[in-house]
Order: sequence, then C-alpha cells, then structure tokens
Amino acid sequence: MATVSVKDLVLNFGSVKVLRDLNLNIPTGEFLVLLGASGSGKSTLLNCIAGLLDVTDGQIFIDDKNVTWSEPKDRGIGMVFQSYALYPQMTVKGNLSFGLKNAGLPKAEIEKRIERAASVLQIEPLLDRKPSALSGGQRQRVAIGRALVRDVDVFLFDEPLSNLDAKLRADLRVEIKRLHQKLKNTMIYVTHDQVEAMTLADRIAVMSQGIILQLDTPTTIYNRPANKYVAGFIGSPEMNFLNGELSGAKANVFETSDKKIKLTSYEFSDEERNNGQQAILGVRPEQVAVADQATAMPVTETVEVELVEPMGADTLVWSTYAGQPFRFRMEGTANVSPGDKVKIGFDPTKASLFDTNSELRL
Amino acid sequence: MVDSALNNAAEPRGPKPKRAFSRANIFIYGTLLLVSIYYLLPLYVMIVTSLKGMPEIRLGNVFGPPLEPTFQPWIKAWAEACTGINCDGLSRGFWNSVKILIPSIVLSILIASVNGYALANWKFKGSETFFTILIIGAFIPYQTMLYPIVIMLREIKLMGSIWGLVLVHTVFGMPILTLLFRNYFTSIPEELFKAARVDGAGFWGIYFKIMLPMSLPIFVVAIILQVTGIWNDFLFGVIYTKPDTYPMTVQLNNIVNSVQGVKEYNVNMAATLLTGLVPLVIYFISGKLFVRGIAAGAVKG
Repeated sequence: MATVSVKDLVLNFGSVKVLRDLNLNIPTGEFLVLLGASGSGKSTLLNCIAGLLDVTDGQIFIDDKNVTWSEPKDRGIGMVFQSYALYPQMTVKGNLSFGLKNAGLPKAEIEKRIERAASVLQIEPLLDRKPSALSGGQRQRVAIGRALVRDVDVFLFDEPLSNLDAKLRADLRVEIKRLHQKLKNTMIYVTHDQVEAMTLADRIAVMSQGIILQLDTPTTIYNRPANKYVAGFIGSPEMNFLNGELSGAKANVFETSDKKIKLTSYEFSDEERNNGQQAILGVRPEQVAVADQATAMPVTETVEVELVEPMGADTLVWSTYAGQPFRFRMEGTANVSPGDKVKIGFDPTKASLFDTNSELRL
Repeated sequence: MVDSALNNAAEPRGPKPKRAFSRANIFIYGTLLLVSIYYLLPLYVMIVTSLKGMPEIRLGNVFGPPLEPTFQPWIKAWAEACTGINCDGLSRGFWNSVKILIPSIVLSILIASVNGYALANWKFKGSETFFTILIIGAFIPYQTMLYPIVIMLREIKLMGSIWGLVLVHTVFGMPILTLLFRNYFTSIPEELFKAARVDGAGFWGIYFKIMLPMSLPIFVVAIILQVTGIWNDFLFGVIYTKPDTYPMTVQLNNIVNSVQGVKEYNVNMAATLLTGLVPLVIYFISGKLFVRGIAAGAVKG
C-alpha cells in the first residue's frame, strides 16, 4: 500500500506551461480522479507520476520514496491506457506475462499471478487468444489484468473507458469500483467524464490549464464548487448562472433585474464581499422545484416554457428567469409544451454565489 | 400509389445491374491494353532475340519469334563471354554482386531501423536536428561526393574491395531508410511503447520484442528498395571496385560495349535479362507486402 505525493511539479513543453506548481497528496488506498477538459494537463500529470515524461521541476514521491528520476518499472505502478495498448503479436497470456518476464520472475510465480488476475477479471477462457480476437471490453479487461499481475500498490488509469460504448462503459465502471473495494490499492484515474468521476472517486481533482482548481469529495464538489469553472463543469445539465449584484448592509441580498433574493441563511465563504459588488448566482436545474413543491421554496416565480427536452426519466425545460436563460428539471411524465406557464421555486441556501471578476465562491 | 410501386415487380430492387461491355469499360480496358503492349514490347523483343542464333538475327526480323530456339546465347552470357582478360561471363559479376548485396542490405537495414526507432520513440535533445541533417544528406548530388569517398576508402585501405562498396552502399542508404523506419514507428501507437516501458522493457527489449514483430511490412519495403537500388547500381560499382570485384552491372556494360569482334545481340540480350532477373524475382515474391508496407508508412509522416 502506498501514498503518492507531488510537490511543486512544473512541466513545460518548450514555452508552453503544461503543469504549473502542482501539489497533490494522495493517502494510501484512495481512489483519486483527475477530471478536466482536454488540454487541462490531467493526462500529463498522470504520465509524470508514471515516469513516462521527464518533469521540468518539482518532485514526485511514491510510498515516501523520491521517484522523480526513477524508471517507470521501478516506481511500483501499473498503468491502463485508453487505447488498451495490448501487444498485438502476443496472446493474452503473453501480454500478462511480458512485464513479469522482464522482471525475471520464476515461471511458477508468473503462472500463479496470471491465474489469479484472470480469475479476478474473468478472462480465463481468453488466455490463448490474440488481442485482435477480443472485443473492446475484453481488451480493456486484459489491460487491467496487465497492471494487476504486477502486484503494484498504485494503479494509474488514463481514460480507460473512453473507447468503449456506453453500456460497456457503465459495466466496466462498476467493475473498476468493485476491484478497488477488493484490492484497496491507491488508484489515480484520469477522465473527462463527470459521471465516471462522481461515481468512482473518493476525491476528485478538477484541473484546468495545468492547475488543480478544486480537490475534494464528489459531494462537496457538486454542492459547494470552489469557483464558477468547477460549477459549470460538474453537473449535467449545466448550472444556471444569473448575473447581478450584492446589496444590503451585510451584502447578503442578491439583486438581478427586478428580483431581490435574500441570502440570509446562505453559508458564505471567507472571501471578502461588499455592498454593490458584481456577483453571479448559480442554481442547478435539478434543485429547482416545480408547481406545488415550488410553493414551499423561499424564492418563487411563474415562468413561461420556451423549449422542452424530454430525456425519459425526466424532462429538461428551458425558460427565462429575471431576463436570463434558466433551465430546470421536471418529472419525465410532466406534460408541458412551449408557451405553458409553470410555477418554479428554489432555495438560495443551496445555490452557489461567485464573484464576477475572480469567479471564486463567495 | 405506394402500394402499386411496392407490388410492381419491374420496379428497381436489389443491386443495380451492371453491363460488362459498357462504353466506359471498353475505353478503360482498351487504354490499359494499349499501354501495356507499348510497355512490354521491348521486353518481348529482348526475349525472342536472346533465343535466336546469330544467322537468324542477321535476317533482320526483329519481332518474329525464334525459328530455331537455342539457349546457347544464355549459356555464353553466363559462363563464356569475355570482358578484358576474364572469359567466364557474367557469373563472376553475379557472385560479386551477391557478395556486395547481402552485407549491404543487412547492415543498412539493421542500422537504419534502430535509427528510425530511436528517432521516433526515444527523442533526445537535438534529435529533430539530427534527423533534418540526415534527410538533407539525401539531396546532395552523388557526384560531388565521389572523389572525397575515393580518398576516404584509400585511407582506410578498402579502395577496390567489396567491403569498401558495402560501406558506401550502407552509408548512402541511410537517409531514405531512416526516414522510412522513423515514419513507420511513429505510426505505431505511442501508448504501446509506454505500456512496454511500464512493463520494464528497455531500449533493446522494446525494439526486439514489441516493435520488430509489428514491422514486417516495412522491412520488406526496405529490402526491396535496397535490393533494387544496390543491384542496379552502376556508378559506385564502376568507381570503387576493380575488374576482379566488379558487380554484375559493370560487367554487363563491359560485355555489351566491347568494341572488338562481332556484336552478339543475342548474348547481349541474354546478359541483360540475367542481370535484371534478381530485382524482378524479388518484386514477384513480395509485391503484395510491398504495397502494404508503402501504404502503412504513408499514413503518418
């Protein structure tokens, strides 16, 4: 079992700063997800931890050992790639044993480990096949097996499910979670898919432009995003953002066009705020109550339906609130069509308030 | 309306019928036939002439088939034709060419494949510059380098020997072969290389166990390029070897261009065909792989 920590990590490709002064501590057995859009540096960070990229500055520790200059094989890591990266000329068995043979393990030990990994991943019947004769899901299972046989403390996943179709992705996601519960290894998982991040992670690190914007549990990231970028990135459909300004002596009223929303019981952060400050109020579409349930909410309003997107389990409705686009979620059985009037309401205590300039949470 | 269309058997259904002798087809195949006749005619003339005796050739019927086919010209070209004081035909040149060809191919392809592998997967500081310089080397006219190489070979005492020519061929094959291998290895997914590194394979481990087994097509392309290039080479052969070590092409030239005596067209034709046989056989054996390799190397550049 091992901890992973990254200290002041810097990586430049020429003049392009890919990672900037990154710090990260991952305790033993944690499932950490690096989440971000493409180009955020999440895969680069993973490659640095794996030792596949030389860092420009900073240090990397695995199990309190400084591995900044170590070869990938000496870091005690196993890695799973997006394109599976199975050796095409070898059988599944050859793929699994390649690393062990390189390490010079005795034959009996290799056999034992392959057997164990194959039974965990249920790939025993495939051992003599070539990768080209496997389906996508089977290939990724073999790729996970290749990390598994190495008996390592840290697993690195580089978007392992991105090449799979939706159903297989959901199946393997559960399987990876089950694997983590069973092995209790430290796992670092890179993805751009927020569903994967929310379901798998103990903690999520949301990355953008080479820095970590927020590192916290999925619940906190969802409910109390640290800034507007994280708020917009997490959650689908995207959070509604209302532009306005703060007023009142304690600056605890949010004004947008003619609406005044009292934030008396809102949990403000430590950021400084003033009367008259420009601010953004973020309300998640799924936190908006409709019709009878709306009545009980502190803020209520009747809005006109502009567009309806039925999604089966629920229906997404586009409308306008306080002169700004506003989406909310209704029951899947709700019978609404454009032009209808709907009563909506929400609780500003559960909303998120951001400063317009710094985009930080207020 | 729809119903009647569905029930009408004469309505179009299934694959669209194609006519075998459409105007377009006749035009295409006619052109192809004409061009191939134009292209193959000289080969035909060579083959029939090489099978005729001298009296029959003197009749002047160039396109006529041999009336009394004889293999004597082929035997003479191979074993008896005289160049200077040696009267053992092309056979000596053939074996010289083989002795030049095999080490040249093995050396140049081994070195170039490792070069290409290093340039594609193990980028080091200045690797791009190194590659650019190597490629520029391919564009310098050979003629400017002929004499400097003479001096260099003389200094290392290889002038006139087969090994000197092997060295020259290996060096001159390097730019294009390195480019070929580099592009091929770049097209192999990088994640495969990363996975092998995590699995603890080093520079040579990855080369032999991962890359080599995946690159048969490109090796075939390289072999074909080198066989034809080196076998057909005349310039380097005539400059860097001496009569004892002349490759086949140089000897062919000496037979065909000898000024004394009668011009034996049948022997000349047979000798030329014999010389061209090796690249021809290579093409026939590996044609399919050749096309595949060229295509594979062309995907990413």
